[in-house]
Parts: sequence; C-alpha cells; structure tokens
Amino acid sequence: MSTRLSTGGKYLNRSDQRRFTFNGKQFTGYEGDTLASALLANDQMLMGRSFKYHRPRGVVASGAEEPNALVNLGTGGTFEPNQRATTTELFDGLTATSQNHWPSLEFDIGVANNAMARFFPAGFYYKTFMAPRAAWKHVFEPIVRQSAGLGQVPKDRDADTYEHFYAFYDVVIVGGGVAGLQAALAAGSAGAKVLLMEQTAHLGGRAVIDGGEVDGKPVDAWVADAGETLDAMPNVTVRLRMMGAGVYDHGYVLGYERVRDHDPMAEGPRHRLWRIRTQQIVTATGAIERPLSFAGNDIPGVMLASAVRDYVDGYGVSPGDRTVVVTNNDDAYRTAISLKKAGLEVPVILDARASGGGALADEAKGLGIRVETGKGIAKVKGGKRVTGVAVCAQAGEGAVLEEIACDAVAMSGGWSPVVHLWSHCGGKLFWDEDQAHFRPDPNRPPTSHDGKGFVIPAGSANGPMDLAEVMGDAHAAGLAAAKALGLKSGKAAAPKVAPQPEAAMEPVWLMPQGAGPKLRMKAWLDYQNDVKVSDVRLAAQEGYESVEHTKRYTTLGMATDQGKLSNINGLAVLSDALNQPIPATGTTTFRPPYTPISFGAIAGEARADTFQPLRKTPIHDWHEAQGAFFEPVGHWRRPYCFPRQGETHSDAVNREINQTRKSVGLLDASTLGKIIVKGPDAGRFLDMLYTNMMSTLKPGKCRYGLMCNENGFLIDDGVVARIDEDTFLCHTTTGGAERIHGWMEDWLQCEWWDWKVFTANVTEQFAQIAVVGPNARKVLEKLGGMDVSKDALAFMEWKDGQLGGFDCRAYRISFSGELSYEIAVPASQGRAFWDALLVAGEEFGMMPYGTEALHVMRAEKGFIMIGDETDGTVIPQDLGLNWAISKKKEDFLGKRAQERPHMTDPSRWKLVGLETLDGSVIPDGSYAIAEGTNANGQRNTQGRVTSTYYSPTLEKGIAMGLVLYGPDRMGEVIEFNKVDGSTVAARIVDPVFYDKDGEKQNV
Amino acid sequence: MLTLQCPYCGVWAEETELHAEGEAHLKRFGPGSDDADFESYLFMRENPKGVHFERWRHSHGCGKFFHAARCTMTLKVFGTYPAQTLEPPQDIKDRISETYPGWTWRNFK
Ligand SMILES: [Zn+2]
Repeated sequence: MSTRLSTGGKYLNRSDQRRFTFNGKQFTGYEGDTLASALLANDQMLMGRSFKYHRPRGVVASGAEEPNALVNLGTGGTFEPNQRATTTELFDGLTATSQNHWPSLEFDIGVANNAMARFFPAGFYYKTFMAPRAAWKHVFEPIVRQSAGLGQVPKDRDADTYEHFYAFYDVVIVGGGVAGLQAALAAGSAGAKVLLMEQTAHLGGRAVIDGGEVDGKPVDAWVADAGETLDAMPNVTVRLRMMGAGVYDHGYVLGYERVRDHDPMAEGPRHRLWRIRTQQIVTATGAIERPLSFAGNDIPGVMLASAVRDYVDGYGVSPGDRTVVVTNNDDAYRTAISLKKAGLEVPVILDARASGGGALADEAKGLGIRVETGKGIAKVKGGKRVTGVAVCAQAGEGAVLEEIACDAVAMSGGWSPVVHLWSHCGGKLFWDEDQAHFRPDPNRPPTSHDGKGFVIPAGSANGPMDLAEVMGDAHAAGLAAAKALGLKSGKAAAPKVAPQPEAAMEPVWLMPQGAGPKLRMKAWLDYQNDVKVSDVRLAAQEGYESVEHTKRYTTLGMATDQGKLSNINGLAVLSDALNQPIPATGTTTFRPPYTPISFGAIAGEARADTFQPLRKTPIHDWHEAQGAFFEPVGHWRRPYCFPRQGETHSDAVNREINQTRKSVGLLDASTLGKIIVKGPDAGRFLDMLYTNMMSTLKPGKCRYGLMCNENGFLIDDGVVARIDEDTFLCHTTTGGAERIHGWMEDWLQCEWWDWKVFTANVTEQFAQIAVVGPNARKVLEKLGGMDVSKDALAFMEWKDGQLGGFDCRAYRISFSGELSYEIAVPASQGRAFWDALLVAGEEFGMMPYGTEALHVMRAEKGFIMIGDETDGTVIPQDLGLNWAISKKKEDFLGKRAQERPHMTDPSRWKLVGLETLDGSVIPDGSYAIAEGTNANGQRNTQGRVTSTYYSPTLEKGIAMGLVLYGPDRMGEVIEFNKVDGSTVAARIVDPVFYDKDGEKQNV
Repeated sequence: MLTLQCPYCGVWAEETELHAEGEAHLKRFGPGSDDADFESYLFMRENPKGVHFERWRHSHGCGKFFHAARCTMTLKVFGTYPAQTLEPPQDIKDRISETYPGWTWRNFK
C-alpha cells in the first residue's frame, strides 16, 4: 500500500493540515502536498481510467508530464476537467472526482473495451470510416461516443476572472531549477533586466531531491541562497507558479501564471497570461524521465523512478512497501537508495545493462540492495495494483527466471531534455547517441529579426545530466544572453561542483529486447491515449513511414500531455520497425503551449461586456431607452426594430414601414461610412475607384456609385456628394467604412503616390438622420431654417444650412423610394437634433424605424444591398447595374477583369425580382432548382435567392435573386427549394416592386 | 509574432499593430493588357523559402503602407522601406547579399 511516512518531506508543512475530497471520500493532507501526493498518502493509487480501454490507472509521474492522474476539479462555476493531480497544489476544501469511468472508478463497465482491445488497433478511428454506413450507426458510433472525450465539459459560467499582462525584458529565463537560477545570477549580475519563471511552487527543481554539493554547501542551501540573491537584485524578477507556455517569432514569450489555483479564496485573477517581449530567452526547462516499455507497465504502482523519490523525499510519501527498481542507467539507483534510507524495501534492482552501473550502484549494493544486471521485467502482475514482477533476461524473449512480489515498480529508461520551447519557433535538434536523446543543436537556433539566435538552452534542457556540467552550462548560458545584449559579465562566478561520474546508459526501447506479440500488446507507450508498442509496429507494417503520419494514425502523443513521456519511446519503436536509425525517422513538431493553459487565461478580460469594443451612435442611448431590439453590424449595434408593448418583431417592422410610406419615419443612419476625398486630383482618383464617372459631378450634386476590386467583383456602394471643386464626400456601407478608407489609402500610397489627394474617414464626426416619407418636408419646414423645397433642394442635391437652429448638411437622397432627406449634424449635436425632429414630427405620427424596415423598403424598390445581393463573386453587370458602369472611362479598378470571357458570359446568373404564387415568403438561402441531378446526385440549380421579405406595402412575399438568363424570362414560374424538402413556386418579375417610375422620391 | 519597424514613424511595431498586405512591387496591369500579364498581376505570387518582399500597413499606428524584405525561413528582417518605390533600396539589397550571395526574387537580384 501507499502511505504517509512518519518523517521527511522537504515540501511539506506538517503543521498545516488540509482536508479534501476525492470521489466524495474525505481525506487529509498537508500544506505543500500536491493532490497526487496527498492521494498516495491516503493509499489512493488508482486515480483514473484510460481514454480508450478504460484501464485502471495510477499516477506515474510527479510533475507536468503526468499522463494518467487527470481529475475533474471543483464544482459549479469553478469546475474544470483534465487537471493534473501532480501539478494541483492541495488547498483546504479541494474537491476532485476521477474521469473516464462508469459507473465508478473501482468498477467500470467500459473496461469491456479493454477485453475488445484487439478490435481497436492502430488507426481504428480511420478504419471505421471505411466500414459500411450501418456499422457506424449501430456499432462504432455508440462505442466511440461512450469512450470519447476526457473529463466533462463545464456546465456553468466560469466564476473566476483572468487577465493579460504585457511585459518587456532583456532576458527571460524559463525554469527555476539550479540551471535557471545560475543563468539568472550570471545574466542579472551583468546588468540585464531578467525575468525568471518557475512553473512549480519551489525553486531548485530536481536538484533539491537529487542532492549534491554546490560551492561547498548542500544544493538545497545553495538554492535558498541563490533565491535570496536574486530577490535582492532590482533588475531581476522571479515568479513562481508561472509556466513558459510558448516561444514565438522575434522574442515573444507567453507566460502562464496560476495566481491563486493553490489558494482559491484569495483576491484577484485566477490566471494571468504574460505577453512578454524579450531579447533573449534561456530555456532551463530540465529533462523528463522516460518510461520503459514492458508488459503491464501501466498497472497502478508502476511509476517513474524519479517520481518515486520525489514522493518519498519531497512529500514524505511511500508509494509502496516493496518497490522493484528497473533501469537502463545509474540515476534510478538514487531512487533505490532513497527508498532504502526511508526504511522501505527494495527487493531488487533490475539493471538492463549487462555491465551494470557505476558509483551509485556500488552505494546501493553497500546498503544491502540486491542488484541484477542484464535483467529486465517480462511482465508486471496485478490488476488495479501491482502485486509482483516476472524477471527475465533483457537479451531474451521473456522467459521468466523468477517472480518477485512487490507493490510498486520504479522504472527509468533514461532522460530526455525538455526541448519544447527551443523548438516552438524553429530551433532544430540532433540525436545524442551517448544519452539516446534529442537535444538542441547549438548551430541551428530559432532566429530573430537580426538573423541571430534568441533562445539559449541551459542545463539538462541542453543535454548535460551531471550536476557539475549542468551548472557550468547554465552559467555559460546566462553569460551568453548578457553578451548578446552587449553587456559585460558581472561578478557572478561559475559555481564549483565536484563531478559525479556515472556509468553510461544503454538505450532500451523494448523490454525484453525480443518481446513477442503477446508482451508487446501489453507494453504501453502512450498511457493517456492507450497506444501500445504493438500499435506502432502495426502502423509501420501497414506502410506508415513518416513519424507525423504514424502519430495521427495511432494517436501516439496526441493526448493532452502531447506525448511528453511517449514521443521518444514511440519514435524508437517506429524506427526499429522500419529498420532505420532514430534520427532518420525524425521527430514530431513541438507546438505551444507546453502544457494546456486555461481558456480563461487566453480570453483574459475579453468576455461579456468587455469582449470587444462597442461602437455607439450619438443616438444610441435613446434607442436603448426605447427598448429597441439591436442587431450587430460590424462593431456597431443598430436598432433592428422598435417593438411596442405586445408587438412581435415582425409586427413592429410592418408598422414602421407602413407609417413611413404613409406619413413619415426616422432612421439613425449615423453608422454610414463618410470619407472625405480632397485635392486637385480627387476627381481623377474617384474615377479610378468607382465604376462610373465622378469627376463630372457638379458641386452641390450627389451621385450613386459602385466600387469593384481588381477582380471585377462589387465590394461597396454609396452616394458621393461633391462639396467643392477639390472635395468629395463618399458614403460607404456601414461595415465598409474602414475597409474602403484603407482601400483608398492603398492606391494612393502604393500606386498613384504622385497624385495630389488626401482622404479622411469622418464617419464618427457626424450624426446622420434620415427623415423619410411623404410628410418629410413638412417636418423639416416645421423645424424651420433652410429652404428644403423641391426647387431649392432637388432630388440628388445637397445643401449646407440650418434646421431648427442646428448647423447641418441636408442630402436629398433616398434608399426607400420615398421623399427623403438625410441630414448630417456634428456628432455632438446628434441627440439634440434627433429630439428636435421627434417633437416636430409628432403631429405627423412620425416614428423611428430600424434596419429591417430599411431592408424591406429598399427591397420593395429593387435597390441592392452589399452583402445580400453580393457575396464577393458578383459583378455589377450581374445586378443589371450596367447604367452605373462608365463606357467612356479608359480605366477603373475592376474594368480589365470585367472584360474576361467568364465575366461576359451570358449564362451568368442575373438579378430579377421574384413573387411567390401563393404570397408566401421564400426561405432565405433557397436555390432555384433545375431539371436533373449533378455528379453528386444533388438537384441541379438555376439560381438562388439573395433577399427575401414579407412586404407590408404589397402584402405578400417578395424576393430578389440571381437566376440563369433571368431578365429574359420575365413571367416564367420557377421552383425554389425549402428546408422541409418541398418547393415553392415563384414568378420572375421586375425587381422594382414599388413605384417603378420613381415618382414618390422626386417630389 | 513578428516585429517590424515602420519606416515612417519609426515605431517598432508588433504584428497585432500591423496588417499584412501581400506581396510587394506588383506591377498593375489594366485595360488593354494581355491575359497572361493580367493573370500574373491578379493571381501569381511568389512563395519563397528565403528572401521575400512584402507589403505591410501600420494600420493601428500611423496608417502608412510600407515594404519589408525578410527571410520567410529564418524570420530575419533585412529592412523596411517606404512603399513609394519600384524597387528595394540598394542598402537593403546589399544586406540580403551578405546573407544570401547571388539571391534573386522576381526581377531583383
Ligand atoms: Zn508607422
């Protein structure tokens, strides 16, 4: 059993007891515990079930690389799945539940998947797609659904807050182990502005557990001193519980700070995402121990050797009474020694190396521990807990030499440097034969804008595992970072450490070396995704050679741990199966983040009301007070309609239209884009931008214009007013203002830079209000001021003046077909002018209308809307707008493109009006169906609806659409499809439904 | 996230402050051009692993369009320069030659 030891535990504060629950059971632990160490202390080795086979799983590691011990943490608004028990600091009141099991962790029905394991081989997911459809519905889907997904999706809104933090440093050091500390001392004393981040709650990393002497003092004392020295340096910042999540282009680093995960009742944000710019990055990220691939290596109780001694020495926890150590290197002997010194039994150390170990092995033997060289584990015995191991010769095929009872196994397959951050931005690796791992290639670092490397690996992350070498390497890394900044090295000296030579490790990729299919089927590579040695071999057999393809086919390394334990072992198995050396197979790409970061941290403050900036017109507050129903248009919120008591939205829209057509309505059109184009070449410039002629427009007049891109497609439209000889005001669509302004600048800055033209986007400088309807003039006359009669201000003219005492510019333009004035006033006067209009319009029953009434009224008039009639593939000619395309101009943007054969093809779908025979409204998005079917068995089409509404004016459904040879087929009836599979018949008609001769707007 | 120096206002801007605007030094072909030239102008773009010339806009800054010469592989920036030019300045071309002797890009070398 696993239990708390009566003494020991460097991280523990035994005077501070903490209570927590796991699957509803009450447990206690201490301050300094992780959830994993506290569970082990309470003999809760079984912590979860695996993803695919629902096999019982215990904790295997003690840090960020943990694949098994994932739990649901918290409840309600603080619930979060897939939290690693090994990196969850224990707090009082913590509640956790295990994942991937039904009905309980102890007894799981899904474990049937386990018995069916041979039916879920590599590529299972892909192979099922090849199966008959029926098999999917009745066999595969239920199985996949049952087993898919890790943890549960949170159901409540996240109750916590999060923030982003921007920071700038000379040197960012990732990792607060001894290497990171030494690099910080070196760079800091040279005068660099340094940030050191450590993902755990402690400085010192592995060295604190592994021991040794630095500068003549025990390493943990050295760590404490180094921490104090750094704290005293004003140019150095040290942050705990902060992970280097990713390294990006040109020295951008993401730091993920878990501010109060360990203390949930504290004030402030839960997580803080640091968005850091730095000149140099030192990755002192250490190394991760590799598991060994033997049968039964996933049975709870089988753990990494380093994790076992972390639990013993760091947390005062015994993972088992009798622990068998199995290794291919000297380091694991430290675990055996730790266990023995803690008074626990180590029945045997199985060293796969025929020649055995060095000084550490001698020390173990000196403590009376039995050591067997050239031996390995044939298989682990046990179900929910290890009960023993079968010993075999590593060189053989697994013939059992002896069975040894034990309740834990500590394994070590060697160490892999954590190269993730080095690799994120393109740093390359090479294969170190001696240590059988990939490590950073110093000649191929990720490069910054000066073409020089900006990431420096330090300590174990760079390959060295011996403390003396680690410290020397880290010191050099800190100095190199300072030197890259042009700084002279400071007073920090390289620490003195006596080397502790170790015997060479020997790579072991399968144990025993000749393990047959039966053993390989039980030898796990990826614990979280249930990928075994046999799966990778099968993939190779089926022709997968690329490691990236094999990864996706088998899902090796694709779980939430991103294969921190499994990548190298899997790669080695694949290389062996392909009969080629490991570097020839290559490695997979490391991508940020290093371990998963919370969605909350990514979103930061950008949620709810602060999700994005909201643009409001000067009249917005009035709309809100009226209870307007808003719709988003770009970043604006525009009233869709103004529903009154008891009205539905469509009731309101119909009322607004009827009243406007009958008397007068009012529209807040302030969102419309307004761009001033000014200069001697302004006319010439607009002639290039619009398809029609603008240079001939007289001051005081307005003209509707179309803009196309160089592909010939319509991108925007609007009314242009000529203010004076040199000045035009171009109206754009609401969503197009910024885009079109940028488009103008693009051509002025990059193509016609010698033309004398300036532009200014003045959209927000003016409030613009449309007064629309037969009584519009009367309302304005009641306000009094400028002459708004037909003679003084004719259709498509504009004039400056005063109305009701407000300075204004009145445009006689109409998007509804009614007598209409659009009146612009300075934005600061917008609300006051709106209020004055409301008073003046009262006797005419004037009411505001929203965007939907605007849309319906323009459709009744057959006016196009950018984004409805256009979708980026429509040219003006498709919409019957040939009248707005100049034949005289030699050139305008889009002209050349519109001459291409495809654009002049008569079979392009063209705009028509559509009237349903039964008066109903054609569903949005309907297609006009044609005879026959296409190659995919779908009905052929001959057109589609672009706008479709109920017209209260005509009291029936009206629509516009693009139809094959449409304008030549007036009166013909065609069928449009509906969602329910039926069709609706519609007659092709003129798109102008209302006031065809334009008499109403021209009065 | 790249950082580029705006040649107009001098700010070292990071990508969130800029807007990528495609390939630099495109020659416009309008009415009267033949199909091949027009197709090339509209659709044919360089996609080099190495030196590249791009247009950027300091869209959340001074609003100016500018050009950047950079290596798509190493992310090295050889320089940024105003857009009102038909070819890269000589000092930038020289700097590229130091890293990639004999480089070519479209008609430039
Ligand atoms: Zn700028």
